[in-house]
Amino acid sequence: MPETITEPSSVDDVVAGLRSVGYLPGSSTALVSYLAIKLGKPVLVEGPAGVGKTELAKALARYLGRTLVRLQCYEGLDEAKALYEWNYKKQLLRIQTEAGETGWREVQDDIFGEEFLLPRPLMTAISSPDPVVLLIDEIDKTDQEFEAMLLELLSEFQISIPELGRIEARTQPVVLLTSNNTRELTEALKRRCLYLWLDYPETEHELEIVRLHSPDLDETLARKLVEIIHQVRELDLKKPPSIAESIDWARALLLLGADEIDGETFKQTMSVIVKHRTDLDTVAARVGVKLEPASGDGQPAA
Amino acid sequence: MADRREQNRLYAKIPDAPAGGFDGQLLAFAEELREEGMALGTSELLDAFAALEQVPWTEQDEFKGALSATLAKSPDDRRTFDLVFDRFFFRAAEAEAARREITEAPSRSDVFDVDLEALRREIAAALRDGDEATLRDLARLAIAAFGKGEGSGVLGVDVQRIRRALGLRAEPQPDLPEDDPRRDGIGREQLRRFEQQLRRELERDLIERTASLPPKRPLTELDRALPTGPIQDLAAVHRVVAQLKRRLATQGHELKGRKRHAHVDMRRTMRASLQTGGVPIELKYRPQRPRRPEIFVLCDVSTSVTSASTFFLSVLHALHDAFRKLRSFVFIERISEVTEVFERERDFRAASEAVSRDAGVADISGYTDYGRVWTELLALIEDELHPRATVIVLGDARTNGRPPRDDVFAAITARAGRTFWLNPEPRLYWNYGDSVIAAYEQHCTAFECWRTDQLEEFVKALTQPIVA
Repeated sequence: MPETITEPSSVDDVVAGLRSVGYLPGSSTALVSYLAIKLGKPVLVEGPAGVGKTELAKALARYLGRTLVRLQCYEGLDEAKALYEWNYKKQLLRIQTEAGETGWREVQDDIFGEEFLLPRPLMTAISSPDPVVLLIDEIDKTDQEFEAMLLELLSEFQISIPELGRIEARTQPVVLLTSNNTRELTEALKRRCLYLWLDYPETEHELEIVRLHSPDLDETLARKLVEIIHQVRELDLKKPPSIAESIDWARALLLLGADEIDGETFKQTMSVIVKHRTDLDTVAARVGVKLEPASGDGQPAA
Repeated sequence: MADRREQNRLYAKIPDAPAGGFDGQLLAFAEELREEGMALGTSELLDAFAALEQVPWTEQDEFKGALSATLAKSPDDRRTFDLVFDRFFFRAAEAEAARREITEAPSRSDVFDVDLEALRREIAAALRDGDEATLRDLARLAIAAFGKGEGSGVLGVDVQRIRRALGLRAEPQPDLPEDDPRRDGIGREQLRRFEQQLRRELERDLIERTASLPPKRPLTELDRALPTGPIQDLAAVHRVVAQLKRRLATQGHELKGRKRHAHVDMRRTMRASLQTGGVPIELKYRPQRPRRPEIFVLCDVSTSVTSASTFFLSVLHALHDAFRKLRSFVFIERISEVTEVFERERDFRAASEAVSRDAGVADISGYTDYGRVWTELLALIEDELHPRATVIVLGDARTNGRPPRDDVFAAITARAGRTFWLNPEPRLYWNYGDSVIAAYEQHCTAFECWRTDQLEEFVKALTQPIVA
């Protein structure tokens, strides 16, 4: 689908493009995305959970008209699952069918060909004929060895396979690495990346996001919702509500046909935004009480 | 404080612009970042230049964004970067203006017609709406209205005087009229921003008047810390502790690296070979399990460490989640074991309540008695101490004049493999007054621990694999 591939020529293009695919970027998000595309450098995206780090990669893929290749990281992830693996079974079959008829040398050359290679996400991204968006999700979950292995890929866009030699990228992928900042990443990795810190959005920005995802919600209700979410985030919670949860909450309110967030509605629906029992108590005690539909206390909620 | 020093010192003359035009300026900027402790590589600088080619320089947001994306690569670095960016380019621009003798037209006499009350309101409204550009203009107006003529010469004093004259306060002012934006009080962060604008405008004035550049103010720990002091802010502590838990959970797994000193697991290898017709193509290795140390934690909960004890208790709580073999004690004058409390209560708040309620800390005088604590601890755990055990003490080592009994402490550390001491006081105060940390420090590794990053330093030391 080369005809749909877009190449932005300014930061504003990126803003417009990302907006057109349903992602409202902050100014630094758009700028760093633009730089990533222009400079061909990977981007390290850090920030709390649920601020749209993964979503950014998906949106970029949609906007640029590229395929998204995703590598989800976890503890113990290794080359065999990230880069490539030899297809042992196929190699064995090959050896067995050829046994006796061909010499060692031919078989040896044969079974280490690309035919016997099982490409894993990183390899797929590198060898794709069309440029892709590569998302390496939650890189902080892996161990340092894995980071070291990524270095070659991130700076040279190539992979060395001992039996085959170097495989170089045919096209320049846009690479995003996300991290929840649970572990300090190595300097070497950071040095090769552009850095983007995504935080919870400002009230206006989040309001826009919520409105985009649930356009039927009443404007004043949406504003109040976002303001409450911001209050909740100020509290000391195990898991503060993310953008995704604001959107879920907006949808829940729509479904319930609520036209006002009062104490009662809040109590009923707050489990959508707060997911820990102890957090629920805190939120009910600190935010919920302010919403009680008492009109005389002179404290207008939110 | 810093301002007074500036006043007393002779101002430096305007220095020459760095050679090499804009590139030179950027290198000077990088040098200043390095001075503030950021590790910048040449490759990052090259990236910064490459990034700047892609964006218009006239937009401050984009210019700054491009630089920060390539140079500042962690939240802490971001903070330093922002501060240094403001300081550097402000000074660079002012120096350049002074060099070319560009001054502002002295047309400020007209502003005294401004309705002061309206100005106050306007500023409060701009603060609430967070409009930077308007705020800067208003700061200039405010200086012109309140600050001229009677400037005390000390920037900090002037800033506060103007703020007071404007009636901007953090706390609500209920006697103001209903529609006044100051009524509900103004956020501390916003006030800080406005003060920054004021200071900057006053500084600009000063540079212009004296045609010289005051020495730059190095960043202090306070500037660098995030707007709310991390240790006071329980939420921030919990965030770090949550990170810490994860790190503790994954630490030691490096040892699991399959290729190092791996033992072949014959059973699993043979079983796997069935798939390949009995040929053991794939070797299976026995996993190396990380060694979990046994930990004894002692936590001071006396009044001298009240502010830090919440922090300590939450660290203790996190440690309980991460290590199974952990015994914890709290102490004031004597010690009492709280291992069970923490094991029973998964929730931090409940656990800390339980500790203060029924841990039964023998608290007669309310003053710490370290000597007694060591003796009791030694009696309690002497049999369990062994070279693989780790002892962690959380306390300020203030004995209230009682004998430190470091000989007993030495006996404990000699039996244990490692001993760490976390002191919630800045190193500056160590060994002042009744602090006897020096006596203990010779037997253990002591960390100052009053910021969350220092806590991380400690976690790194703690989780380093023990080579036994």
